[in-house]
Amino acid sequence: MAEIQSFTMNFGPQHPAAHGVLRLILEMEGEVIQKADPHVGLLHRGTEKLAESKPYNQSIGYMDRLDYVSMMCNEHGYVLALEKLLGIKAPVRAQYIRVMFDEITRVLNHLMWLGAHGLDIGAMTVFLYCFREREDLMDCYEAVSGTRMHATYYRPGGVFRDLPETMPKYQASKWRSQKDVDRLNEIRSGSLLDFIDAFCTKFPGCVDQYETLLTDNRIWKQRTVNIAVVSPERALNLGFSGPMLRGSGVEWDLRKKQPYEVYDRMDFDIPVGVNGDCYDRYLVRVEEMRQSNRIIKQCVDWLRHNPGPVVLDDHKIVAPSRIEMKDDMESLIHHFKLFTEGYCVPAGEAYAAIEHPKGEFGVYVVSDGANKPYRVKVRAPGFSHLASMSEMVEGHMLADVVAVIGTQDIVFGEIDR
Amino acid sequence: MTSSHETLAARIEARFTAGVLRVASTCGELTYEVGKADIVEVATALHDEPNFGIDQLIDVCGVDYLTYGEVEWTTNSATESGFSRGVDRKPVILDESDTFDSRRFAVVYHLMSTVNNTRLRLRVFTGDNNPPIVPSLNAIWNSANWFEREVFDLFGILFEGHPDLRRILTDYGFIGHPFRKDFPLIGNVEVSYDREKGRVVYQPVSIEDRTLVPRVIRDDNRYSVDLKDKADNG
Repeated sequence: MAEIQSFTMNFGPQHPAAHGVLRLILEMEGEVIQKADPHVGLLHRGTEKLAESKPYNQSIGYMDRLDYVSMMCNEHGYVLALEKLLGIKAPVRAQYIRVMFDEITRVLNHLMWLGAHGLDIGAMTVFLYCFREREDLMDCYEAVSGTRMHATYYRPGGVFRDLPETMPKYQASKWRSQKDVDRLNEIRSGSLLDFIDAFCTKFPGCVDQYETLLTDNRIWKQRTVNIAVVSPERALNLGFSGPMLRGSGVEWDLRKKQPYEVYDRMDFDIPVGVNGDCYDRYLVRVEEMRQSNRIIKQCVDWLRHNPGPVVLDDHKIVAPSRIEMKDDMESLIHHFKLFTEGYCVPAGEAYAAIEHPKGEFGVYVVSDGANKPYRVKVRAPGFSHLASMSEMVEGHMLADVVAVIGTQDIVFGEIDR
Repeated sequence: MTSSHETLAARIEARFTAGVLRVASTCGELTYEVGKADIVEVATALHDEPNFGIDQLIDVCGVDYLTYGEVEWTTNSATESGFSRGVDRKPVILDESDTFDSRRFAVVYHLMSTVNNTRLRLRVFTGDNNPPIVPSLNAIWNSANWFEREVFDLFGILFEGHPDLRRILTDYGFIGHPFRKDFPLIGNVEVSYDREKGRVVYQPVSIEDRTLVPRVIRDDNRYSVDLKDKADNG
């Protein structure tokens, strides 16, 4: 009989299942893991230090690049912290737009997670299905901000601009026939809200498709049921949040418990897991997509019937429009000051947290009254989750490490910052 | 939200007669300054006693107050010749002395109770030791493990009793603590691949630090406390 040896194995940082640049040092006993030591920081860009050297508004774009699959939610955390310090509140329409895009972002994030998690543990098709729907949601980002991913759309005091009346359309080319283009553009013929509305109608059917592929799939269950079980007590002690905490059976969602913006007017449910294993966390996230869809639908209905300002009319903080700037001296001065120097934020400190797709995303800002933050600290949910990696994989097989990385929904942009 | 904060504040003030000091906050958040010697006792009580039920350590954040309130550019008078865009840069202060200003480094803990739905912030100043050191809270909340490693890496604050205090975000073999205010934004070294040596080499940085927008503090009467009180009282 072969003798089982214990040895140390290096996993990553260049490994397709490492979700970016994770390096794991695994101490193995045969194929069973004794201890895992994640080495992070390969994507550390010093976002927080960079923010200290720039006027407040110029850092909004950096926030997109933290968790680069849920862009607008990151902006939201930062913008909320600034609004808290400035003592301002966005107009109601802007709050609805933010909630709608937060939920679109949540669906985007969960689709990316589901696709990648599936691919990691052997389900190829679901990845293709997920990216089909992601494409539509990216079009919403593009319509509203001009970019598909790094939107920089939220501003302290509201959002950059109102929802557009038209959608960007496909054009026929050598690779895409007029017939295909017409089919793609049919749904894009109305306004952005029409497009999102149509998406909400078809999306529950898409989630059903993913579930048909996975939920009762024998291989999927073998790979996820009873893998990396976390008890509710441990989940709280390890600083888990979001679906990781709810998967362990703790009913905790900032959207319900500490509502911000207009979440208190929304009707939705919080899914909670029972066993705290990878399969429960999968079920929680899939159900969250359905609930997000409900919220998006409610926002669309409200936004259709309630036009109004989407940003504050306070030119000490929000730049005046170009038309105003061109014929009003006051506005010209405000515009000039805002873009050369920025605005000064009263001295103090504020912590704002939002229910990010991955968990609690918090931004702590310390201001000394200057036009640049004195200290910005980003509380990334994935950081606490990855810290528990060793505890979660201990005693499991090597192949389960991949399932655990998937279930933690790791994105290095936010962990390394 | 505010009423639950006040309940928590009353409970804390009744429980701890010494060692905690409430800090005035403008943003409706509850902040306490805790002495370095008392932090473990306070944290243990907050975690263990159901009155507080603080079951989550949300975040640990280091702050370096070295240049707090300093500006790079001042304009208090009118000019006939125009303003220079130059920035008043202060010489870098090296931390080779044995002591620091005792209020230079702080560690800020963000705590939350999922049972009572409250949030709380604790701030501990590290005192004047060089290197700065505070007790670790890893034994109370295990989430402190990586957060404290991060603070150690970025600020060089040591955590007494931490099981595994290694660098976490910076490169293997990195020198210095990059989030200290006396650490330049552009860093000290840059890396490149040396074809002859066949490996990556470290060199002093070749770029120059530039400030595009100077840091300024403007007096803004809208935020002055007197005016706010007047507005609140009608």
